[in-house]
Amino acid sequence: MSDLETHKYDVVVIGAGGAGLRAAVEAREAGLTVAIICKSLFGKAHTVMAEGGVSASMGNVNSDDNWMVHFRDTMRGGKFLNHWRMAELHAKEAPDRVWELETWGALFDRTKEGKISQRNFGGHEYPRLAHVGDRTGLELIRTMQQRIVALQQRDKRDNGDAESHIKVFAELTITEILKEDGKVAGAYGYWRESGEEVLFQSPAVILATGGIGKSFKVTSNSWEGTGDGHALALKAGGRLVDMEFVQFHPTGMIWPPSVRGLLVTESVRGDGGVLTNTDGVRFMFNYIPDVFKDKYADNEAEADRWYNDQSNNRRPPELLPRDEVARSINSEVKAGRGTEHGGVYLDVSKRLPADVIRKKLPSMWHQFKELADVDITQTAMEVGPTCHYVMGGIEVDPDTAAAVGVPGLFAAGEVAGGMHGSNRLGGNSLSDLLVFGRRAGAGAAAYAHANKNQVLSDATLLNASNRLNAPFTRNGDENPYTIHQELQQATNDLVGIIRTQTELEDAIVKLAQLRVRAEKVKSAGGRTFNPGFHLALDLDNMLLVSECIARAALQREESRGGHTRDDFPKMDSKWRQVNSICTWDGSVITATTQSLPMMPKELFDLFDPHELEKYMTPEEMTSVSGNEGGA
Amino acid sequence: MSDSTKTVKLRIWRGDSTDGALQDVEVEANEGEVVLDVIHRVQATQMSDLAVRWNCKAGKCGSCSMEINGKPRLACMTRMNMFEEGETVTITPLRAFPVIRDLVTDVSFNYKKAMEIPAFQPPAELKAGEYRMEQIDVERSQEFRKCIECFLCQDTCHVIRDHEENKKSFAGPRFFIRIAELDMHPLDQLRNRKRTAQEEHGLGMCNITKCCTEVCPEHIRITDNAIIPMKERVVDVKYDPVAWLGSKIFKREGIL
Amino acid sequence: MSGVFSATRAKISERTLRTDRWWLQPAITVAVLVSFIIYATFRAFESKYYFAEPLISPFYSPCLTSTCPEGASLLGKPFGTVALFGMAISPALFILIFPLGFRLTCYYYRKAYYRSFWQSPPACAVAEPHSTYTGETKAPLILQNGHRYFFFAGLVFNVLLTIDAFLAFRNEEGHWGHMSVGTLVLLTNATLLWLYSASCHTCRHTIGGRLRHFSKHPVRYKLWTWVSILNHKHPTFAWISLFGVALADVYVRAVASGSITNFYFF
Repeated sequence: MSDLETHKYDVVVIGAGGAGLRAAVEAREAGLTVAIICKSLFGKAHTVMAEGGVSASMGNVNSDDNWMVHFRDTMRGGKFLNHWRMAELHAKEAPDRVWELETWGALFDRTKEGKISQRNFGGHEYPRLAHVGDRTGLELIRTMQQRIVALQQRDKRDNGDAESHIKVFAELTITEILKEDGKVAGAYGYWRESGEEVLFQSPAVILATGGIGKSFKVTSNSWEGTGDGHALALKAGGRLVDMEFVQFHPTGMIWPPSVRGLLVTESVRGDGGVLTNTDGVRFMFNYIPDVFKDKYADNEAEADRWYNDQSNNRRPPELLPRDEVARSINSEVKAGRGTEHGGVYLDVSKRLPADVIRKKLPSMWHQFKELADVDITQTAMEVGPTCHYVMGGIEVDPDTAAAVGVPGLFAAGEVAGGMHGSNRLGGNSLSDLLVFGRRAGAGAAAYAHANKNQVLSDATLLNASNRLNAPFTRNGDENPYTIHQELQQATNDLVGIIRTQTELEDAIVKLAQLRVRAEKVKSAGGRTFNPGFHLALDLDNMLLVSECIARAALQREESRGGHTRDDFPKMDSKWRQVNSICTWDGSVITATTQSLPMMPKELFDLFDPHELEKYMTPEEMTSVSGNEGGA
Repeated sequence: MSDSTKTVKLRIWRGDSTDGALQDVEVEANEGEVVLDVIHRVQATQMSDLAVRWNCKAGKCGSCSMEINGKPRLACMTRMNMFEEGETVTITPLRAFPVIRDLVTDVSFNYKKAMEIPAFQPPAELKAGEYRMEQIDVERSQEFRKCIECFLCQDTCHVIRDHEENKKSFAGPRFFIRIAELDMHPLDQLRNRKRTAQEEHGLGMCNITKCCTEVCPEHIRITDNAIIPMKERVVDVKYDPVAWLGSKIFKREGIL
Repeated sequence: MSGVFSATRAKISERTLRTDRWWLQPAITVAVLVSFIIYATFRAFESKYYFAEPLISPFYSPCLTSTCPEGASLLGKPFGTVALFGMAISPALFILIFPLGFRLTCYYYRKAYYRSFWQSPPACAVAEPHSTYTGETKAPLILQNGHRYFFFAGLVFNVLLTIDAFLAFRNEEGHWGHMSVGTLVLLTNATLLWLYSASCHTCRHTIGGRLRHFSKHPVRYKLWTWVSILNHKHPTFAWISLFGVALADVYVRAVASGSITNFYFF
């Protein structure tokens, strides 16, 4: 292994989206050397896809907003399954994280007073999302990317070498977190370009790899969302929490096939778009849950009035929370009232004049015009639910983002779990990246200061290398593209929006079969930029993560947020008390439960007890009340 | 095979830095597909090791830049139905950058250039949260921040596409909009961007033939809104004695 | 080998793989500009048929030499008669440099002729035939940076040609209150020239583009937004104002040479 390309860093960050880059900045500012590893080119991470904005209670538009309101909204959105400490830190620190972006050159849209403008979004009590048109994610990633460059320029000035402290390793995939004596010792991977293997020696590794959407057939995620970080953590002995909670955005494009899953922004409905089935019925009126009856209109006349007079009318039911709308569309399609491509119609063309549509929804107009050849000012869009975000992820310590059970491993962003509970609010993902990206950077830096590089044994390296090379060396004739398609079909059919015990059991069987077949994938061609080889390795990750989702979903016998069981359609306070935990022992995935940490009294008191009664058992209510005076 | 599925003819460049050639291939295409879909089908069914770079498949990340029938384009934003029935579609890697393999090129030139542009220099007296900027003052720079870094403008720019030797002294359109973004930023404190644009980043090499604007998938008006305004600003500080004198006497805003 | 045929680039023997008619646009540009240059050269040296009370050809206004007919010299005759090889130099040649310079250094025309005449590049993603390239960094092309001086000179000419159009509200005897086809021709020409100047990139820069804070200069910002709208159409104005000048001259020549009579509406 003497000719192995080897790098030594204090901190290795895997993933160059918002969270990874924010973590890298923090670790560098702590005086450490940092490697940033990205699967794609630098600046292409999935963060660019975020449209709406970044939530932070700056109170620029409504001065009544503050962290406590944001905290409440986040907990409500997650149906109180969130880790309270993460939600608290997130709500408290988000404004500073947004303001700091401005000092790095970000240019958000402005209010009349010249402050950062904030917009309304589902589930947020006040206008709270800092934004740049509908390309906020791009602004965030570019700002972070340029901040990294600025730090490198500073290093060049001070040390004569721009890469003396931060180096970006683009188009490099990590296949394994290396450990010695139970602690993280580095990471092993390969250059996508050449196929050559690379070793990173480092006491601290931060996972910021994003989501898992590519395990699903219809998804808004790019090819990178293969759950690499989730799988790397599992294999390193980490634990995944609440993996059953997968957010399906109700309106993704479904036709033509090439754009299937691509997001149709919530603003379309906010600006008057209505959902109809093939009978022409505006079906959302039939799906208003009891808890929302007083907030949503039950007739078209009132719903239509709302757009012009929001104080005297109830909202149209198209604006129900994402999970409700997604389930309703799903039910319509299953009842045979869907379009031939398996969706429903979302129409603004009959509601607004063409020029108003083009002005209010410019990117949607372009998206449909350029990608689907559909003029949304003339015809209805075909939409259906699309896999958008995984609430579950690596179990971490909220304050340091340290992965539970793996010393030296840290996680931030979508790959980390707990923050969003059972359902994430729009806008909370970008703020999550920044808040916990920074905390992961600081946590890893503190750890790296105290723990130096270890010597890696030849056996560890050889094993990592063998596993990486398996697609070339093993025998078999399976095609990775075929297995990937079958995996996506299985998750789509059996672990989708609506789940049942039998389907989930079928899914687990099917996934096991696919795992056996995946071990027979043989890669054709050479090592340089070989996508078949890349997919063969990614498949392994997707299969592991999908099984975690299926097992956790089978275990949770209730419906909550991003997890809906047809056989257990109600929310159950008993299940709110536990997180699901997924682990891997090298051959078997196991799902168990673990008690949720108890919210302290001062946070508990931020809520109306009547609201909490909907979510908590009477015993819990008394136990917190019993803390009175003691906290 | 349904009505909406048909067979299309492609010529895809395959090879590496030592050699390569266009290879003919026939593949199915469904209604509404884009070039990237068809390439993926080629990959899944006939050439499992065909190298292609892509990410979001929604025109937002700028990864799948290539040349389609000789024009620099995003493969995910090029619909198959824009080609004639029976037309052979030629797909090659970007021709301004070194090829790695098949449709993948080495675009590191652009990251080197990014490193050469001095970053935003914040006002020392303002703390985070104290920034106040008017919408009309940030809009010009916001247009340039729409850039998805697909580098199609860099690829099409003849200054470097046709003259390898100019790469060392020419930043290219993508970085001219970056310089313009910062020079027009209401709070940037670095005051020599105009002069260095001309003297270090090669703004004077641009002969405003506008190919960058033509290929920009984000429809950023690179030439009219960034390059020409920067050229005029350069004239203010370097070539126009009247403007220079005026700035000294009246301390006019925007100059120097 | 350089450019797209460099050693590191993908080995493709064609200079372009474009399948559309990319050569059409530069070919049209060459044809139109060459036609204009031939006609303008002929007219500049012709030195007659440029004035027919009250109309003056834009090629000859202001008429500054003593060969100019009575009534054609708005600014007097400061140059007297300048002769070369015994021939009086055409009055057009004394003023030609200003409108010519304005158009020659115009950001739009630069694009047009760099592409079509110099083939640098002939079209996007079509390899150019030159082995070296230094852009506008060296003499003489560095002089393109003087565009703003020609812009201001152009404004002076716009004023003069506008006055010419107003003077055309007279009849042949010099009485005011009349209007002819010639009046419309000169008015149209002056209007197009104003639009061409107002949409110019230098104009856009001067009026507000150079500012860092629009919010501190609301009037200039407003003007800048208007000029920016016109600026989108700068190429269009560049072409139609060029035709405008040529057609105005053709009309005046036809009247002055007696081929047609200037029709009076009133």
